[in-house]
Amino acid sequence: MLGCEAMVKCLENEGVKHIFGYPGAVICPFFDSLLDSDIETVLVRTEQNAAHAASGYARINGGVGVCVATSGPGALNLLTGIATAFADSIPLVCITGQVESEQIGSDVFQEADVTGAAESFVKYSYYVTDAREIPRIMKEAFYIAGSGRRGPVLIDIPVDVQNTEIGDIEYPEKVQLRTYKPTISGHAVQIKKVAGVFSKAKRPLIYAGGGVHLAGAVSHLRDFAEKNGIPVVSTMMGLSVMPSDSPLFFGMVGNNGVPWANKAVAESDLIMMIGARAADRAVSQPEIMADGKTLIHIDADTAEIGKNAVPTIPLVGDAKKILKQMAGEDIKVPDTSEWLRTLEGYRESMGRKREKNKDYVDAAEFLELLTSCMKEKSIITVDVGQNQIWACNHAKVKEGTRFLTSGGMGTMGYSLPAAIGARKASSGRQIVSICGDGAFHMCMCELSTMMQTKAPVKVVVLNNTRLGMVREYQHYHYHDRLSAVELSGGPDIGKLAEAYGIRYLKLENMDGARGAVDEFLAGNDAAIMECILDPEALV
Amino acid sequence: MNNKVLQLLVDNTSGVLSRISGLFARRGYNIESITAGVTADPKFTRITIVTTGDDEIIEQIKNQVAKLVDVRDIKVLEPSDSVYRELVLVKVRVSAGDRQGVITIADVFRANIIDVGPESLVVELTGKQDKIEAFISLLDGYEILELARTGVTGLGRGISNVTYLD
Repeated sequence: MLGCEAMVKCLENEGVKHIFGYPGAVICPFFDSLLDSDIETVLVRTEQNAAHAASGYARINGGVGVCVATSGPGALNLLTGIATAFADSIPLVCITGQVESEQIGSDVFQEADVTGAAESFVKYSYYVTDAREIPRIMKEAFYIAGSGRRGPVLIDIPVDVQNTEIGDIEYPEKVQLRTYKPTISGHAVQIKKVAGVFSKAKRPLIYAGGGVHLAGAVSHLRDFAEKNGIPVVSTMMGLSVMPSDSPLFFGMVGNNGVPWANKAVAESDLIMMIGARAADRAVSQPEIMADGKTLIHIDADTAEIGKNAVPTIPLVGDAKKILKQMAGEDIKVPDTSEWLRTLEGYRESMGRKREKNKDYVDAAEFLELLTSCMKEKSIITVDVGQNQIWACNHAKVKEGTRFLTSGGMGTMGYSLPAAIGARKASSGRQIVSICGDGAFHMCMCELSTMMQTKAPVKVVVLNNTRLGMVREYQHYHYHDRLSAVELSGGPDIGKLAEAYGIRYLKLENMDGARGAVDEFLAGNDAAIMECILDPEALV
Repeated sequence: MNNKVLQLLVDNTSGVLSRISGLFARRGYNIESITAGVTADPKFTRITIVTTGDDEIIEQIKNQVAKLVDVRDIKVLEPSDSVYRELVLVKVRVSAGDRQGVITIADVFRANIIDVGPESLVVELTGKQDKIEAFISLLDGYEILELARTGVTGLGRGISNVTYLD
């Protein structure tokens, strides 16, 4: 067996069904071996989107996503996608071809030190020098990516190593890592303490982050919240941990969140922060998370505990495991109905009275309408910019629906490739991808991938012919001195859709929006809906 | 802000030193000195880093370093519980007249003269950092041509704090 065949065999052993990639000369041995496998390859249109698609795939599938690129420019194009996954702790195995081992360091065609370049935003990386190491490295890579605080692992493998004969391989059953041992179970003493503080809490609050999704702990968290009547707020990455209409869910925290969620954080006397890190966009003053209240911080990553807010009870481990441990404790939370009424009051009184835009599509109203018309258990992928903030605060997330966006890195162009990847992990679920025109320009090459893979993604383009978020920033902070934010060069999105053979709808204002949305969502085909926004709209 | 000596036990993999120094660089942690060498078990490398920071920063450094896949163990070597040593080589310009003066200072510090040339001496001294600083400052009246310091290495005292290797 050749090294490249061993790579494919290892992927099969890991249960990989789909990979996302783009070939080139020095990864051709691997792509050749894929032909003899049932693994399906999704050919993206630029490598960055291979990583985003693998990210969307992993987030829906609950496993590890795989993306592949060639050396040099291929590997370098992948970097933004890898960093995006790293910032949101998405488990990926990223494979890059590399030039001949003997030529390393001599600046040959398409040579780039990708392990060096990616060093600061991978969980770990391998440069493979001996093909016999492939099974061990693949096993370790999947284990490291998908355990502890998840993240991307890079495997850089020279073309001659892929072509080395290594005989039969045995895929290791277990990893043997001397140094990497993530904590899974929460410390029993700490769990008892958690039970103790909950039984004394008057205004308890659950603050849920993306780690809850990554640990597959959503149902466990909901059970805990619902059994004890504890309200839940979430970070951007935590969105869809509860359906929007749950009486216990009080929205997204942070400077882009809703005021009543921040008020809940400020007024609670006990916060259980789980799978979240009190990041700068979620809490501008992390002290308020801990001052005068009890803070429980549950996280897979020891280094996040106390980094931004110092908890009363730190609890390192896997969110699902810890919630199961907590379910085994006799936790009796005092009646929270008055606290819930208070929060409900804030929700009603603190809501910003928005003036609806009559001349254009009102983005907030439109997204509320669109998502209300979507099915349960659907997938919403959202890009970066004003569209993201509107979607975070106005989308109606239904039962079982997942909300996917690039939170930590804020990478424009994430929504469409992520939707294509998510589709491969979930046939049958309705998928809507929401982006602004700026982000659409960054990823519209993937419309071609969408059509080739017959992914019935409904793409919403909120078109204000502006980089709206930057324009808004310049409006507030530079007194409307607008610099490099106008996107007036087209294209005509209707004609573009026609060129790809994609069904197209256009909405110019909210008249007839309901009918248009119904038509857009109907049918199991791909469609683009262009919404014309006021260029001066603010979130 | 005070100096802290960190001791790391890491897997002896290619690139491990760059992973660790890279982490210090990108998170804005200071490295005063760094030394590395294999342990009794060649699978592992021991790295000693002198850094600065308040308790909170040191705690962050420990957590972030411990998280690296290659890192087996990290601890702070507290002065009261540890021994530190650093080695310095100093090349001093000397004439026949002042050669003896340098040798006398070296003798007081129990330093070794390891090279003698017509116009220079190379002195080797091992000791704690303050001893090395004191030695260098005593050479103030002479022209130091070149100076090379290894950086601090250290071990905890006794057997209570030993990290046993598999």
